[in-house]
Amino acid sequence: MSAFTQFGFGPTGWGGFLLLGAGVTVAVTLASLAIGAVLGSGVAAAKLSQSLALRLVGDVYTTVFRGVPELLIIYLFYFGGSSVLSAIGRLFGHEGFVGVPTFLAGALAVGIISGSYQAEVFRGAFQAVSRGEIEAARAVGMNGFLRFRRIIAPQVFRFALPGLGNVWQLSLKDSALISVTGLAELMRNSQVGAGSTHDYFGFYVAGGALYLLMTAVSNRIFDAAEVRTGKSFRRPVHTA
Amino acid sequence: MGLDFPFLLDTMERLIAALPLTLALFALSITFGACLAVALTAMRVSRYKVLDRIARAYVFVFRGSPLLIQMFLVYYGIAQFPAVRHSIAWPLLRDPFSCAVISLALCTAAYATEIFRGGLLAVPPAQIEAARACGMSGFLLLRRVIAPIALRRALPAYSTEMILMVKSTSLASIITVTEVSGVAQRIIAQTYRTMEVFLCAALIYLLINFVLARLIAWLEHALSPDLRAPPVALIAAGAAAPIETTLLH
Repeated sequence: MSAFTQFGFGPTGWGGFLLLGAGVTVAVTLASLAIGAVLGSGVAAAKLSQSLALRLVGDVYTTVFRGVPELLIIYLFYFGGSSVLSAIGRLFGHEGFVGVPTFLAGALAVGIISGSYQAEVFRGAFQAVSRGEIEAARAVGMNGFLRFRRIIAPQVFRFALPGLGNVWQLSLKDSALISVTGLAELMRNSQVGAGSTHDYFGFYVAGGALYLLMTAVSNRIFDAAEVRTGKSFRRPVHTA
Repeated sequence: MGLDFPFLLDTMERLIAALPLTLALFALSITFGACLAVALTAMRVSRYKVLDRIARAYVFVFRGSPLLIQMFLVYYGIAQFPAVRHSIAWPLLRDPFSCAVISLALCTAAYATEIFRGGLLAVPPAQIEAARACGMSGFLLLRRVIAPIALRRALPAYSTEMILMVKSTSLASIITVTEVSGVAQRIIAQTYRTMEVFLCAALIYLLINFVLARLIAWLEHALSPDLRAPPVALIAAGAAAPIETTLLH
């Protein structure tokens, strides 16, 4: 079979199958980025707080989830979650293995890892907000939440954007590891195609090329977003 | 739920037995990867546009795709060609351990190239000019001035890359290398005691990373006498003369 028909969209082509996998990869990465954003901003707040206990909790979180292999964390969520579910199942008289939905377990695992990196990104971004502006906001009488919404959050987001781009790339690649739980994302679908046709080389090259396409496109998107949010930072034209 | 210490001890013992394999994967792939990265960095800053383009493409491909797919490509993909199976490299490409080392080294080389290039760009031009003014050029200039400063500047970022590599060795378990994660996965599959096994394995990786981070911090300190504050005790004692002589060295 020629490469054209093999990776095409005809009845014997695997093109649609691989693209479907790429779609699941994007979906699971988006879900994990969202989970990571919630966890990451919470942990960043904990690490910046006055309370020693909260700072300690934040430090432990970022140390553990950045220092332990991603694969082990995925095993923890998939097998750990499944054994909890199976135990609950037995309680209701259901014998045998109850698996956690692979999408959920994968998004949670990659999300927690992503959160540990995002926490550092948000912490750095918060520290980049000028103290003077926060004091000025306080001086004109803005209360905590208003100050956060009008002064802190917009700037933190802008400063965090390049770092978030990096985290997104990391999560996109980490999501390939979810294939070990059987989720039909791009890596898993490449494996399935390779196994059925015995064209291992062709399928891994095709899968890899799709990953490259995704990273290249998301790079562009983040660059565009940086330009957009950085508008107020740009110097007006011809000031000299 | 109480802790089952005999089980934890037994798990720890089995995981530690696999530790040498993890460390070997790490050491070999970092060594080969760093050598490759030096060559790629040279290409990246070369005056020949073609070499620069090739190095750029290499970095894009290996940083832009997941390590797992690279590893599968090396282990399963290349082996399907009869020419490879009949070549002298076959004993190497048939073995999962060497395939894991090859793909880890190829991947880390891409990241290290950018880190080394950053270090190179951070060398102050004045230092290079001064060395040229003293009559150094070519390899002598590289060996005495550029390389030491660039490597020192690259060290903090490179330490992060090394820690990422310690974690990446766990992927070798997916192509059947029974290093620490592979053994952990096996024990989980046999006992379904995920949490306990995870804790033991996590402890081992955190310990490796902790020791590695300390070693690099020590190396950074040892390599930057110029950034250290002068010995405060001596100044307080009014011993100005000895400081002057040490500064002159």
